[in-house]
Amino acid sequence: MKAELTDQKQPKVKKQKKQHGVLSIMWREIVKDKLALGALILLGLILIIVYGVSLLLDQDKIVTVDFLSIYSPPSAEHWLGTDYGGRDILGQLIIGAKNSFTIGLCITLLTGLIGLTVGLIAGYFGGRTDNIIMRIIDFFLILPTLMLIIVFVTIAPKYNVFYFILIMSLFLWTGKARLIRSKTLAERELDYVSASKTLGTPDWKIIIREVLPNLSSIIIVNLTLNLAGNIGIESGLTYLGFGLPESTPSLGTLVSYATNPDVLENKWWIWLPASLLILVMMLCINYIGQALKRAADARQRLG
Amino acid sequence: MLKFILRRILVMIPQLFILSILIFLLAKAMPGDALTGQLASNPKMDAQTLHELKQKLGMYDPYYVQYARWIKGLLHGNLGMSIIHQTPVTSLIAGKMWNTVLLGAAVLILSYLIAIPLGIIGGRWTDTWADKMIVGYNYLTYATPLFIFALLMLFIFGFVLGWFPTSGSVDIRVENGTFAYYMSKLNHLILPALSGAIVSTTVTIQYLRNEIIDTKIKDFVKTARAKGVSESKVYTRHIFRNSLLPIAAFLGYDIVSLIGGSVFLESIYGYPGIGQLFLTSIMQRDFSVVTALVMISGLATLIGTLLSDIILSAVDPRIRIE
Repeated sequence: MKAELTDQKQPKVKKQKKQHGVLSIMWREIVKDKLALGALILLGLILIIVYGVSLLLDQDKIVTVDFLSIYSPPSAEHWLGTDYGGRDILGQLIIGAKNSFTIGLCITLLTGLIGLTVGLIAGYFGGRTDNIIMRIIDFFLILPTLMLIIVFVTIAPKYNVFYFILIMSLFLWTGKARLIRSKTLAERELDYVSASKTLGTPDWKIIIREVLPNLSSIIIVNLTLNLAGNIGIESGLTYLGFGLPESTPSLGTLVSYATNPDVLENKWWIWLPASLLILVMMLCINYIGQALKRAADARQRLG
Repeated sequence: MLKFILRRILVMIPQLFILSILIFLLAKAMPGDALTGQLASNPKMDAQTLHELKQKLGMYDPYYVQYARWIKGLLHGNLGMSIIHQTPVTSLIAGKMWNTVLLGAAVLILSYLIAIPLGIIGGRWTDTWADKMIVGYNYLTYATPLFIFALLMLFIFGFVLGWFPTSGSVDIRVENGTFAYYMSKLNHLILPALSGAIVSTTVTIQYLRNEIIDTKIKDFVKTARAKGVSESKVYTRHIFRNSLLPIAAFLGYDIVSLIGGSVFLESIYGYPGIGQLFLTSIMQRDFSVVTALVMISGLATLIGTLLSDIILSAVDPRIRIE
């Protein structure tokens, strides 16, 4: 049964590869899966609204304290009510979503870059290089990451968004490096790599031009799933008070108002929309990621 | 087997050593200290007494001397003094540790109680409506961050419905040691444990389901069927035995994620454990407590992964060769 399947697929896949790249295979998979397509459209809409409106919004007006309308419930003037400083929740929600997504994306790209470089080097060269790098990664694995990030955030001298991204990336690259390393290890044994080596192609060229494109689908899937995770970790840390500084509110900032039991119990409009927005964004990104994962594995594709 | 365990433990020692240096350096880098903080609030404290106190505590010694003293204390089970609470860190942590261990154990037990049946149902009756619901449930819980889920649970079951207490680990009005005391403890435990458990079932369910689906078409299962073994026995005797064992190895990794989870769970449910102690200590700059907690968590993580590796190698001999 299995042999039959691969036999059928082989010519088909080869033909597709000539016509379509990784991206178009992924796109076809998403279109085939109605839920994933829905998730993509919903996420696209959220992002367009969030980034579009935040351009038009007057950020100073939103963060200005207005004591006349403290904790006012949703009304025509403030669609989602106000917080303890009389600030508009909807405006904060949009700015928060923008910050959360942008920072999640930055962390994902930075950890992707580090993980990719380290993983490719360890996997391609193997031997002693691989050994040293793996020992370092093993060490990172035993670290109580969440606690250490909190400690680092506390001791950072001039704490700002840039530091936060660096601190998060410092601890979150190891998983990617391990994944890329194991895939590169397998890739390096294949004939095309030895053929290139025999022809005298320099190592860096083999890594970048030949091995990397073959890993692209795995990388895209991994980055997508990580993006969702990073938005979750960022807002979680901000919720605890060790995430983004107050000058850049995130969705976690709004949720963190719920540490006050009175807000949690009686003023749902402050924390619930932000919580649901985090949930919806993470669900959408995850769902897209799962569809991409199927696209990356020829046996699981829907079409 | 013994050789494998010994080798794993030997690898642990340099890791612990580097971890201790890292934590020590971090502690030294923390801005301000608990004593200087008292300068403003405590009328008995002036610059002179502060200086003398610091000298007495050895805060002016060279770093390597301080590190050696810290490590020596650590090996003797002496984690230093909490400057804020004026008690030894060991007793401060010991008081909270049991609450966290209790919560962690409850999360683990509940998550296995949920995950194993769901994984088995999903694997055995693939593509039925029940399986589709389970896959959907998995998508949902995988994407949901713990702190949001815990907050929603607290809001719905704690405040709106009022079924469970909303903070603490026990009702202070009940007498210690009575039946009511334990019931109250249990009552305070259910909601946080359930929140933690539901979010952490994903990996187990997915693993078990895939494992059963893979095993279903293996030759030994076909042989069993051909021999005329009844369908339910094929599952209980042949498939589950193969698929369930590796689940045991997740135990160690679960301990790792429980440590991070406890920080969120305890802060949301106001549950007095080491996660909450960590957060309050770091806000009060009580860094002898912070370093001790990070060190203990690192050790627990190490032991957790060690445990997983040992169980895994016991279950699957192929791993030992590596």
